[in-house]
Amino acid sequence: MSSITYLEAIREAQAKALADDPRVFIYGQDVGAFGGAFKATKNLAKEFPGRVLDAPISEDAIIGSAIGAAIEGMRPIIEMQYADFSSVGLNQTVNHAATLFWRTQVPCPIVLRLPSGGTAGGGPFHSQCMESIYAHYPGLVVMTPATVEDAYSMLLDAIAIDDPVIFCEHKYLYYHLKADALPTEALPSGKARIARQGRDLTVVTYSAMLHETLAMANELASEKWEIEVVDLRTVKPIDTDTILASVARTGRLLVVSEGWPWGGVAAEVIARVSSEGFALLDAPPQRLNSKETPVPFHPNLWGTHRPTARSIAVAARKLLQS
Amino acid sequence: MTPSVEPLTELITDSLSREQHIAAYRWMLLGRISEEKYASLYRGGKIFGGVFIGKGQEALSVSLAMNLRKGDIYAPLIRDQAGRLAFGESLLDATRTYLGSRLGPMRGREGNVHRGNPRAGYFPMISHLGAMIPTVSGALMAHRFKGISGSVGATCIGDGGTSTGAFHEGLNQAAVEKLPLIVVVANNQYAYSTPTDRSFACRDLVDKAVGYGIAGHSVDGTNLSACLEVLTKAVKAAREGEGPQLVVASLLRLGGHGEHDDANYISNDLKKSEVGRDCLPLAADFLLDQGWATGADLAIWREEIVKQVEDAAATAQREPHPNPDEEDWCALATRHLSEGTNP
Repeated sequence: MSSITYLEAIREAQAKALADDPRVFIYGQDVGAFGGAFKATKNLAKEFPGRVLDAPISEDAIIGSAIGAAIEGMRPIIEMQYADFSSVGLNQTVNHAATLFWRTQVPCPIVLRLPSGGTAGGGPFHSQCMESIYAHYPGLVVMTPATVEDAYSMLLDAIAIDDPVIFCEHKYLYYHLKADALPTEALPSGKARIARQGRDLTVVTYSAMLHETLAMANELASEKWEIEVVDLRTVKPIDTDTILASVARTGRLLVVSEGWPWGGVAAEVIARVSSEGFALLDAPPQRLNSKETPVPFHPNLWGTHRPTARSIAVAARKLLQS
Repeated sequence: MTPSVEPLTELITDSLSREQHIAAYRWMLLGRISEEKYASLYRGGKIFGGVFIGKGQEALSVSLAMNLRKGDIYAPLIRDQAGRLAFGESLLDATRTYLGSRLGPMRGREGNVHRGNPRAGYFPMISHLGAMIPTVSGALMAHRFKGISGSVGATCIGDGGTSTGAFHEGLNQAAVEKLPLIVVVANNQYAYSTPTDRSFACRDLVDKAVGYGIAGHSVDGTNLSACLEVLTKAVKAAREGEGPQLVVASLLRLGGHGEHDDANYISNDLKKSEVGRDCLPLAADFLLDQGWATGADLAIWREEIVKQVEDAAATAQREPHPNPDEEDWCALATRHLSEGTNP
């Protein structure tokens, strides 16, 4: 039985976009003949000559030129080699792309693909989750697909959206996550998905942490706890309605994010539920994040730095028993 | 939105002609007088935020703009009032932006020099120096993808701005892509209060061109004829496919960094030197010497321009300011994804 990986889904979405729309092009380091550091653009340069271009190591110039191309009618897909390096071009993203429409009423339809998140041995500069930094700035859409199907549909959506989209694809999921086939339909971007129905506790999460959370939920099911799992899919905007509806059912909230604690996605979800759904809560809402240090290199350290099924289970049980 | 930018449709055929000199002089005069008005309004407390004038830089600024036409990309910087008007921006829109009129192109969301009209190829700057270089390059890449030929893109920067990473990345990338980009560096000797020996250590900024593998041109920024000649040559070279062109002009900033700055740190030696000459009276003298204009012509042009400037200021001052209750407070084109509209 053939299957498709998360990475292949991303490649397929780009191939479709290139085929369907002459305004689309791909620009980034090593994306051309080499097919990209993770092979997300494998064969695309050959299949679409002149539309998949190698860039110098110049994130400011790469993103800046995407903005200019977008103003002149193109729909650029920019591949950053790692999310961690996008900070070199942060100015162009948050001060230029994100402000263009508000200042001028001219939209900026760029997609910034960020290979995000940790893998064993990645270390501090090849493992970061940057979604909360970008989500903080008005003028950006931030997507964090957790499934093969969403990696495909949401990337197509990102390209079609007229605003700058930060597409946080998770590196750990690239080759590990597989699906039977590409989807034929999808939830609209901006809507969260109930990945698992439950009754006793709502766990809101996204990206790679969805799978750790689902593993935890299966384990706790054997202890008769029914955990409802909400996959945010986009962290900007956040689908507050779906979250509140879930908390209305369960009364308890845990938010799990691979990002750091301070001011992150988890903090944002909790702030909203606390202020808009306070009466729905039977216990104080909790969050679980990576530890407050740079991401460690050694797998022993990395193994406990970010939330895992085991640490999520500990947090969940504590909340269920409070 | 009514177009407010009307760029030239014809290229300059003879940069050294009487017609070009007179046209350039009048744009320079309009730039100078309009900025004197903004400075006066600033001192009268009528302007929000800062006023940044291009006194001393007008010859350079118009010489670039007069070589651009509809279909080109122009991303000027803070001292390009004269060039912006020469490119086709209306005096009223420039004045509206300073005075915060709701009817201006930025509708109060941005002010002073941070203005433009992207659909007309007139890109509004962001404050971060160097950022506009790759933006113009990207626009030129789009033209290439679309099969548009014959267009160029130009942007301006100062001596201080050449120290940024964005400047470096932008020029290098444009060179690798061999784009028809012109970058005009106005070396006016100071970056705010910082003299050039604290900004760079190379012999001359034009030497950077060799480093990037592009053509470099030097010009006396105080001399209108020289500016017209060099900018015409550089823009033509870009247009003919010779790749990026770096133009470095020497002149002196004749005002403060902004009108809030008395610039008492500027060296008297520089003020008295050749680089400290004012391009505007020099250009007037040249027109008179050549017999291309009389004193009466100059007086009439000045009088006309003063009236234009006064009218624009009076009009803009009578216009409404933005109303926060009527703003949609939405930063996304895709409204349903905007959290700003979902309280």
